[in-house]
Parts: sequence; C-alpha cells; structure tokens
Amino acid sequence: MSNQRPDGVTPSQTVGPYFKYGLTPNGEYEWNDAFTGNLLTPDVSGERIRVEGKVYDGDGAVVVDCMLEIWQADSQGRFSDPQDKRALPNSSFKGFGRCGTDRTGGFAFDTIKPGPVPDPDGKPQAPHILLAVFARGMLLHLYTRIYFDDEAGNAGDPVLAQVPADRRATLIANKGAGNVYTLDIRLQGDDETVFFDV
Amino acid sequence: MTLLYPLQSLAAHPARLSPNYRSTLKRSPQKPLIPIRHSLSELTGPVYGHETVREHDNDLTIQAKGEPLGERIIVHGHVRDEDGRGVPNTLVELWQANACGRYVHVVDQHPAPLDPNFTGAGRTQSDAAGYYKFITIKPGAYPWGNHQNAWRPAHIHFSVFGHSFISRLVTQMYFPGDPLFPFDPIFNAVTDEKARMRMVSSFDLENTQPEWALCYRFDIVLRGRNATPMETK
Repeated sequence: MSNQRPDGVTPSQTVGPYFKYGLTPNGEYEWNDAFTGNLLTPDVSGERIRVEGKVYDGDGAVVVDCMLEIWQADSQGRFSDPQDKRALPNSSFKGFGRCGTDRTGGFAFDTIKPGPVPDPDGKPQAPHILLAVFARGMLLHLYTRIYFDDEAGNAGDPVLAQVPADRRATLIANKGAGNVYTLDIRLQGDDETVFFDV
Repeated sequence: MTLLYPLQSLAAHPARLSPNYRSTLKRSPQKPLIPIRHSLSELTGPVYGHETVREHDNDLTIQAKGEPLGERIIVHGHVRDEDGRGVPNTLVELWQANACGRYVHVVDQHPAPLDPNFTGAGRTQSDAAGYYKFITIKPGAYPWGNHQNAWRPAHIHFSVFGHSFISRLVTQMYFPGDPLFPFDPIFNAVTDEKARMRMVSSFDLENTQPEWALCYRFDIVLRGRNATPMETK
C-alpha cells in the first residue's frame, strides 16, 4: 500500500470487559505488565504523591472494569518526550502510568507531583496530570485532568477558568494524610466529572 | 515535527452514547465536553524503549509449551498518521479471544474451551516505517448479553499510542465478510460506512505464507496532521 493520504482515522472501539489479561495483568494473568500505576523511579526528583479514587457510573455504581492512564510532566514541568524541546533526554521518569480498577472500583497511582507546564501562549498552567478513561460501554475514551487542591496556581489556570465554577471541584484532587490525594471519577450524573474535548 | 490534531478528525469515532450498545447508557457523559486548546500536556506522549517489548511478544503462537489450536494467521500493517506517514517506534498492543471465542479473563463464562497454550495477549513496536506484524490464531465469534442472541463478530483488540497522548487509540480489528456485521451494535456504532470499513482487515494473499498461515492486513490511522498543509497533486 502506498503512502497516499488516508480517508480518515481508524475509528475507536470499546476496550471491552476482557482487557485485563492483556493490558493490566498485575500478576493475575500469565503476561507481564508493560505499565503499572507506579511511575516512581529510584532517582526521580520531586514530591512523591499517591493519587487515588474510585470510578462511578450513572447509577452511582462502582466501575470495576475500567482502565485509567495518566500522562504528566516531571517535577520541573518537563515531559519525557523529545517533542518537548526542554526535555531532559536521560530522565528515567517516563510520566506515563496505567492501572485497572479493582473490585471496589478503586484506582491508585504512585508518582511525583508535576511542575507547571506552559499553555499555548507560554503562560504557566497549574500543576496537573492528564487522565484518560477507558471501559466497557465507552466506545471512545474520555480525557480529563487532575489538579491539586493545595496549589495556589489553580486560581490562574487557563483551563480551569474555562470550566463552570460549580464543576471545577470534579477536577481537583484533595490532599489527605501521607501525601495521598483523592479524586473520584463520575462518568455521568449530577456530579459528572468534567471531560475535555481535545 | 509539530503535528496538529484537528477536532474534525474525531467525527469518524462512534457517538459515546450509542443506545443499541446498552452499556453506553450509564457510562457516557451527559454534560457537554469542554473544548480546550492543546498545550504541551496534550501534544506530547509516552516514548518507549525496547525494554517494553520482548523478542517474541508479537508471536502469540509460541508463548506456551505447546502450539495453540485454531487457524494460525499473520496480522500486519502500518501505523500511519492522517497524512499517511508511518508512525515509527510506537507501541502496538493486542488482545483477543481464542479460536473457540473464549477469553482467558475470569469474567468470561462462555461455555467454550480455554486453550492451555493460548493466552491471547501480544505487543510489538512499529519499525522506522511504522510497520508492525503479529502471528496469532484467528479468534472465534462469541455470544454476549447485550440483546437476545447477540454475538460479537470475530475481532482482535488493538491499543496504539502514536505521537501524543491525544493520538491514543483503542480499537478492534475485524475480518472481511463476517456475517455478523449487520447485527453488532459495537461495530455499527461507527455510523459512517467508509469509516466503519477502516476497522475491517483485508485478506492479504501476497503475504500469505504457503503451507503455513493466511495473512490479513490492518492499517491503523491515528490522529496527527502536518502543521504545514501538503501540496495538492
């Protein structure tokens, strides 16, 4: 096949109910994990945090067959990707994590708090983590962001500013004891998480 | 290389609320998604070294002591961007049912046999030209509970990354001429026929290995377009 311009992208389909043994085996299946919810590397600099929560559907029931992926900058706000010209080429911190929800709908990521990343105009965004949500019943994954409730920069963040004030809390993880931040994901309903059209 | 990710490209995807696929009813947002400009957060994505993929991870027929039952097939193709350029060194993951239509997942209770020599998971990395290749077993169709006498057409799940976090794609590859196509609400959630057919592999006689395995070609097109428009020929 030649390099002719394609008619369009390949359409998305649901991850389905049976992805676990391929994408998030976590020691329960005979396959190794390409990625886990632990992004920490021994030499990583920055504030070590855990981000955890549960995923709920429109009935308020926990979603036990959900896959979550996060993408984030390091503590200096740099991405481990050569497309970020400021990237540190030898950084062992990859900034990508994946986990499946457990029987209680719970998820957890162990990582470091990201530094501020510039917006398209070069102004700083408040520290945030990108989150992609995949599940049975979702034909196309959803994108949202995780912000942190102890960051003063939230007040000036250009993305949060676009979100109606009464919905912003769905994007902001709350700090508890031991550097654990909590944020639940609600796929539908009155407290529905804000998802972004990107 | 700076790529653009026009929102119009997303029109090919199924609507999140597709009522014929019942599970979408309680798992699709009801409030409008909020459009935001793409910053470095959206325009970058994970990069992997070879440590992520082991030597034989793309051959699902040699992962166990014995050979799996079923029809051995080669599935190959290119990962491309919207301009047709190969996406190099990108991770391609795959998972599927066995030849009888049974997944090893504990939740799958379809009364078809498991195959002790087949897990159904594989991964590979596209080469410098975006080319990838798997060797596997043709999966069987299987029943599901969406509606009376519902059967999924034979399919292989694919997970692909691409140049950025917003080029991420999870899809399913189907086989040409499947009689279950008209009845499957997941397949038909893609309402544009041309877009739907981009999920159907083509039989590849040229690369079919004599005396060994049929070959299917499945090209995957991810979001991402050159910032400077290509010349029109």
